[in-house]
Amino acid sequence: MLDTTRRVATPEGIELTLHLAGPVPRALAWAIDLLLRAAVLLLAMLAVAPLGRAGSGLILLAAFFVEWLLPAFFEALWNGQTPGKRAIGLRVLNDDGTPLRWPAALTRNLLRAADFLPFFYGVGLVTMLANRDFKRLGDLAAATVVVYEPEKRAARRIAEAPPVAPPIALALDEQRALLDLAERSGSLTPERLEELAELPAPLVGPGKGLRDGRSAAARLLGMANYLAGRH
Amino acid sequence: MRQAAFEAAHAAEWEAFEKFLDGAKPPPFEPSDMPARFRRVCQALALAADRQYSPELVDRLNRLALRGHSLLYRNRRRDSQQVLEFVLGGFAALVRREWRLVGAAALLFFGPLLALIAVLQAFPEFVHYLLEPEQIASFHSMYDPANPHLGMRTADTSLMMFGFYIWNNVRIGFQTFAGGLAAGVGTIWFLASNGVIIGAVAGYLTQVGYARTFWSFAAGHSAPELLAIVLAGAAGLRLGLAIIAPGNATRRAALVAAAKPAVRLMYGAALMFFLAAFVEAFWSPYTTVPLEAKLGVGVAGWAAFLLYFVFAGRAGKARAEGARAAR
Repeated sequence: MLDTTRRVATPEGIELTLHLAGPVPRALAWAIDLLLRAAVLLLAMLAVAPLGRAGSGLILLAAFFVEWLLPAFFEALWNGQTPGKRAIGLRVLNDDGTPLRWPAALTRNLLRAADFLPFFYGVGLVTMLANRDFKRLGDLAAATVVVYEPEKRAARRIAEAPPVAPPIALALDEQRALLDLAERSGSLTPERLEELAELPAPLVGPGKGLRDGRSAAARLLGMANYLAGRH
Repeated sequence: MRQAAFEAAHAAEWEAFEKFLDGAKPPPFEPSDMPARFRRVCQALALAADRQYSPELVDRLNRLALRGHSLLYRNRRRDSQQVLEFVLGGFAALVRREWRLVGAAALLFFGPLLALIAVLQAFPEFVHYLLEPEQIASFHSMYDPANPHLGMRTADTSLMMFGFYIWNNVRIGFQTFAGGLAAGVGTIWFLASNGVIIGAVAGYLTQVGYARTFWSFAAGHSAPELLAIVLAGAAGLRLGLAIIAPGNATRRAALVAAAKPAVRLMYGAALMFFLAAFVEAFWSPYTTVPLEAKLGVGVAGWAAFLLYFVFAGRAGKARAEGARAAR
């Protein structure tokens, strides 16, 4: 499979699937964080402007905390997400799928200094592309991964149709492909659905158009209903 | 079992579990039931994947199991307790355990520093190989005995310098640490180059007759600041060593194992940098305090840190070993 997933074995003896995030969504999350950091510093500058030179000391202090410690703070205490990661729907987890804690969060954020070299996260990008978990150096040392937050979608149901027994016995993975198509049927145009449904010729018969007065798509939906046990 | 029957049989249980994860009030079942219910969700996921039920169902169960996993295996140990233990002795014990790397980092840093102070007493013109003329002029004005606030230009305030020292010095510490990922080369470079610069300034100013003002300024914060750089260097060398000589593990596994003690060293080093910045901004610049008092505070700082690193945390270690032997 070409999917960018990582399988994690748990003590319960099952495997969980983590969906890894690549360089582009992570760069977007970073850009959002950068803008927020700049905004925070700008507000701080306006707030301390009356203090003059002492104020610029406070700004440097704020810059230090915002740059180095705030991301680690968010990742350790806010569900593994900085505000940018939350906006994009990303999350940092330990390699074993457990939530991040302070040591790992600080490790990966302090080592950003190395990932940033020689300029603009060059080392980080090359490292991410060179291993299959999209880890930058900080992630390698801290044993963390950045994953897509499992999103809560509106449940996709298999479209109701009168059950039809498949004319031939189907292997498990073939059954699964059929169920997958039936679940996706709502998000496809009728023409595209029909086009796809005509591909498995042994199931829907040769030739185009109607069979028993019904389209290939309707036949396949019926078989999916049969396979799911609705009869 | 067909998928529809399977879903119907478990739907209520999965919904209750999801409600529990969402933090519904009141919870749909006793929190003490959570592990048992989590294991049943795991079993359902394994069955659904094995029987090739539809991807939607497998995804949903995977989502439930992942969230349950996050909730169940969250580590709830009290952080504040750990911080206190670390400051009172864990840090010193860690530094003693890594004494070889700390020693190597100290040589790399104090070696050039002390050597340059000595060399510049005999050959003061050598400083021009190390510092730009503008830098030398700026140090001249900062440590001029006529300057009421040492180490800064006249209009700077202490608060501003505090911010600057945090921003600049702690960043140097972090870079020294992160440089370890380049097989230790970055760490060695930052340690040696900072040793050279500090040694050149100290040696030169001593030689040109600003010794009183310079040492009055530098004494107070010298112990926490210089030791913090060395410890950040030791943490970086730990990472570098894991990459050069991973031993009986893959480089990646060795790096992960080395990062744990290394980042703990960095916690301590960062605290020492903060302390140093505070002293450097709010104590060191003031000339109203007599030189003897400032040198005394500096020496006391070195003594306190050395005593801490040699003796702190031993009792705790002995107690832990005693408990292990008694078990």
